[in-house]
Amino acid sequence: MAALPPEKLLPDAQPSYMASWIYVFGVLSLVSLVLIIASGSILTLKGPGWWHFTSVGHFFNSIHLWSVELFFFFLVIHLWGKYWMAAWRGGRARVWMTGAVAFIVAVPCALTGYVSQQNFDAQWISTQAKDGLNAAGVGAFFNVTNFGQMYSYHVLLLPLAVVALVAAHILLVRKHGIVPPFELAPRASAAGLETEGRPVAREDHGSGNGARHGSGTESHPVAESGSPRPGRTT
Amino acid sequence: MMAAIVNLNQPAHTVHWHFFTMTVSNVVVIVLMLVVFVLAVLVPFPGSGRKGRPR
Repeated sequence: MAALPPEKLLPDAQPSYMASWIYVFGVLSLVSLVLIIASGSILTLKGPGWWHFTSVGHFFNSIHLWSVELFFFFLVIHLWGKYWMAAWRGGRARVWMTGAVAFIVAVPCALTGYVSQQNFDAQWISTQAKDGLNAAGVGAFFNVTNFGQMYSYHVLLLPLAVVALVAAHILLVRKHGIVPPFELAPRASAAGLETEGRPVAREDHGSGNGARHGSGTESHPVAESGSPRPGRTT
Repeated sequence: MMAAIVNLNQPAHTVHWHFFTMTVSNVVVIVLMLVVFVLAVLVPFPGSGRKGRPR
């Protein structure tokens, strides 16, 4: 509670530089994850006979599949955007790492789902995947042709890990705030009018600061010329 | 029942380029992701230029 008081956990305003589609794709990933968990919970309760041989089961199976497809689609765009923004700047290494690791853990979560379908597609994928996993030396511990093991990984262990990482990611975003944009070279400097080596305020320096309250980014509306702010932990 | 837009009852089409082999469907998804990413970067966010940004 000390690190995340209510006004920081649920802020009523954000920095102006949050006005970016990249964050929309982060939220779309979250929505997809909620749909995945909800539809997956229903599939777990009903079982393979239901999702293969009833129309309602087919429908929920399709909801689950397409939510996964969209989850990865949106998440990859969010990840690319945050990579090029260097979102680990300013003491945000854990924010970046929890997001990136959530993506990495989501991959085997999806793979175990594909091999748990109980159909020819699952057989094809598992017999293809086993060769790669055996070549990597993990086939004895992670056997993709073992339905029971894959199903346990898919419905419990890996979803728990993904949800925990995503929850940590969101809380860390709330704690540290979103990463400020890189400072652009001022037009005066580009025209050769700038004094040597002195940092110059960006054109709209502070405009974002005035538009936010309780954003979790403290009093730093922008980062220093592309360099991280060392030692910033809160 | 409505038929699938793409006939899936056939072997997948693949793209071959030297060592690179990938199904057309995967190539389409990757290209679509790149296009959406570029649009997400370039398309202005609604309302982002309204206040606090001197022009």
